[in-house]
Amino acid sequence: MALEQGGQMTGAQIVVRALLEQGVRHIFGYPGGAVLPIYDALFNQDQIEHVLVRHEQGAAHAAEGYARSTGKAGVLLVTSGPGATNAVTGLTDALMDSIPLVCITGQVPTHLIGSDAFQECDTVGITRACTKHNFLVKDVNDLARVIHDAFYIATTGRPGPVVVDIPKDVQFRLGEYAEVSNILHKTYRPQTEPDPVRIEQAIELIAGAKRPVFYTGGGVINSGPRATELLRELVRLTGFPITSTLMGLGAYPASDRQWLGMLGMHGTYEANLAMNRCDVMINIGARFDDRVTGRLDAFSPASKKIHVDIDPSSINKNVRVDVPVLGDCATVLEALLEAWKARGERPDVAAQTTWWAQIDAWRARQSLAYQKGEDAIKPQYAIERLYQLTRNRDTYITTEVGQHQMWAAQHYHFDEPNRWMTSGGLGTMGYGIPAAVGVQVAHPKSLVIDIAGEASVQMTMQEISTAVQYRLPIKIFILNNEYMGMVRQWQQLLHGGRYAHSYSEALPDFVKLAEAYGAKGIRARTPAELDAAIQQMLDYDGPVIFDCVVEKLENCYPMIPSGAAHDEMILPDAVDAVGVSEAGKMLV
Amino acid sequence: MTSNQPASAYFLVDDQARPRKATLSVTVDNEVGALARVVALFSGRGYNIESLTVAETDHQKHTSRITIVTSGTNEVITQIMSQIGRLVPVHRVVDLAVEKPGVEREMALIKVAGEGNKRAEALRLSEVFRARVIDITHTSFIFELTGTPEKIDAFVDLMIPLGMVEYSRTGVVAIGRGAEAQ
Repeated sequence: MALEQGGQMTGAQIVVRALLEQGVRHIFGYPGGAVLPIYDALFNQDQIEHVLVRHEQGAAHAAEGYARSTGKAGVLLVTSGPGATNAVTGLTDALMDSIPLVCITGQVPTHLIGSDAFQECDTVGITRACTKHNFLVKDVNDLARVIHDAFYIATTGRPGPVVVDIPKDVQFRLGEYAEVSNILHKTYRPQTEPDPVRIEQAIELIAGAKRPVFYTGGGVINSGPRATELLRELVRLTGFPITSTLMGLGAYPASDRQWLGMLGMHGTYEANLAMNRCDVMINIGARFDDRVTGRLDAFSPASKKIHVDIDPSSINKNVRVDVPVLGDCATVLEALLEAWKARGERPDVAAQTTWWAQIDAWRARQSLAYQKGEDAIKPQYAIERLYQLTRNRDTYITTEVGQHQMWAAQHYHFDEPNRWMTSGGLGTMGYGIPAAVGVQVAHPKSLVIDIAGEASVQMTMQEISTAVQYRLPIKIFILNNEYMGMVRQWQQLLHGGRYAHSYSEALPDFVKLAEAYGAKGIRARTPAELDAAIQQMLDYDGPVIFDCVVEKLENCYPMIPSGAAHDEMILPDAVDAVGVSEAGKMLV
Repeated sequence: MTSNQPASAYFLVDDQARPRKATLSVTVDNEVGALARVVALFSGRGYNIESLTVAETDHQKHTSRITIVTSGTNEVITQIMSQIGRLVPVHRVVDLAVEKPGVEREMALIKVAGEGNKRAEALRLSEVFRARVIDITHTSFIFELTGTPEKIDAFVDLMIPLGMVEYSRTGVVAIGRGAEAQ
C-alpha cells in the first residue's frame, strides 16, 4: 500500500488498511474534528467508498441495512461527542436485532480524555450497554489487532455491534500494522457445534410429534444462506407447519403451503393457534420475545420445546425449554437432518393429517382479511398492490415502525432471506430510509422500497438527501393516515379513544418535499389511481417519495393485546369483544 | 394450564422457586472497563449485588478474579452466569455456592471508641473472636477481623453497644475446595 512510511504507518492509515483487509468496500459516515486524520487517509485511496449521511443515526441504520441484506458487517465512521451519541440509537437497534456492525468513533486526544474537552464524551462508557463489545485504543500498535478483533466479534457467534473508539493523537501516531492472525481469541469463543446428545433428544421429540410446529427467527437468516437451505429441507422432509418471527421472514418461502404466516402480536390466527396447541415446538434461532409469546403462563402450555440458539443467555431466559441446543443454526440443522435421515424417521402421517386439518380450519378464518375501500385506499390494499406489482422483481423491503410495518409483514410476502430489513427488537421509528440507503448501496441494481408511515419517516427524512447525492433510486412508500397509527390504535383500544398527541399535525406536503430534495414526489388518493401511481414510482430512475393517502382510522389486526394469550386474539370482525386487563395496560 | 412461569416478561414475580445465595467467581482479563461491564450488567438487567471484590490475581497474564455475591432462583442465577459468560473479556464463571462448593472469607476493620468497662469488654470479646488490634489510642481500638460474613455480622452486633464508631468490610472472597483450580 502506498501509504506506508518506512515500514510504519499512521494510525489513520492502519484503520484504512485494516478495513481493506477485512474486505470492506463501503462505509457510512460523517466527518468531524476527531476523525479528520481517518478521513484524510480515506481521501488518498479509492478502494473504499464512503457514503456521507446526514445524521449519524442514519449512518448506523444504513450500515444495518447493508449488513442485513449482504450478510457482511456494516461499517460506520463517526466523530467524537455528538457523532458517537447520535449513533447510539442505531447501535442499540443492531444489538437488539443481532446485526453485525463495526462503528469507528473519533475521540479527543488521549491527554485530553477526562478534561471535558470540546466534543468529548465517554464513548466506551455510553456504548457499553448498547454494543456487543467496545474498545478504546490508546496505543497505535494495538490498533490493527483491535479492528480485526472488532470484525471477528461483530460477525461471529450471535452477531452485534462493536465500537472502536480512537483518540485523535493515536490516528496521527506512527505504528506497526498487524495482519489478521489465526490465533484463537483469548476469551471469546462462541460455541457453534451442537452437543450430539441434544441432537438425539431433539430428534426423539420431533419423531414422536403429533402436533408439531417450527418457530424460526432472525438467527436462521444471520446464520447465512446455508441455514435457509437446510431449514427448507428439514421442513419439507417432515411436512410440519412453520411460522416465523418478524425478523425471520423470508427464511422459509411465504408462497409455500407449509407456511403459516408470521406469529405473535400481529401474527396470523393459524400461526398463533398452532403455537398454542402444538405438542412439540421447534424453535430455531428465535428468542421467545414478548411480542411473540404474549402471556407467558399461557404460552403453548402443552408443548415440549426445543430451542436452537447460539447465545447461551437466550436459553431459558423467558420460556423454560425441554431441549436446549446451543450452536449455529446451519450446523444444528445439518446435524438434525443427518440424524433424521440416519434413523430413517418418517413423520406420523395419520397425526399430521389431523393436525393439518385443524390448521386448515384456522386458516379458513382468514385472519388477514379486510374490507376493501371504495373511495379511500385501505393500507392493507396498498401493500397488497405494491407486492403484486413488485413480486417478480429483484426487490428489497425496509420499513419504519408501526402499523405500516405490521401490514407490510402481513401482506408483503417474502420467498427469500435478506430481503426484509426492519427494526424488530428496539422498534426504531426512522429506521427505514437510512436502511434503504444502505441496502441500495450494497445492491445498486435492485429495487429497494421503504414501506413507511408519515410519522416515522419524518424522524430520518434528511437521508433522502443522501439518496439524491449518491443517485440511489430508493422508493419511500408512505402509508399516510395522518396519525401515529399504532399509538392511535392503542389509545383507541386501551385508553378510551383519547388520542393524546398521536395526530400528525402540520404534515409537510410530501410531493413538494421530495421535489425540494431533488427527488420525485408522487401521490395517490384513491384505489382507482393506485396501480398506475405505483407503476410510475417503479418506472422512475431515481429516489421517489410516494405519498399514499390511506384510510385514517384503520386498525391493524389480528392483534393479541398485551398480557393476553395466543388464543385470545382480536380478529378484525370481533373488535367489540376487546378486553384488556388492568395488568395488560401496564405493558408496552 | 398454568406453568410456573411469570405472567409476562415484565412481571417477574410469583416465582415459586425459592431464591438462594450464589457466590460467583469470575475470571476476567484485567483490562480497562472489565469490572464496569460486569457491574453494568447487574444494574442493567435488574440483578442485585450483595458484595463485590476484585483484584488482579495473575500478574503475568493480567487476569483478575471478581467475586460477586448475589441471590436469585436457580433460573435467575443461571441467567446471570450466562450473561456474564458472554461478556468478551470473561474467561470463566463459577458458582462457588452450588456448582463447586467453596470456602468464603471476608475481612473487616472495626473502630470502637470508649473507656472503662466497655473498653475492657470490647477487648475481651475481640479475643474470643480472634480479632487483631491494629490501632490503639487511650480512647479507641481498631480491630481487624477475618471470617465468614456471619461471623463479622455477629462481632459488629456485639460492638455496637460497646461504642462502635464505624466499620469497613471487604466483601466476600471465595475459592473452591479441594486440590483442583476452579
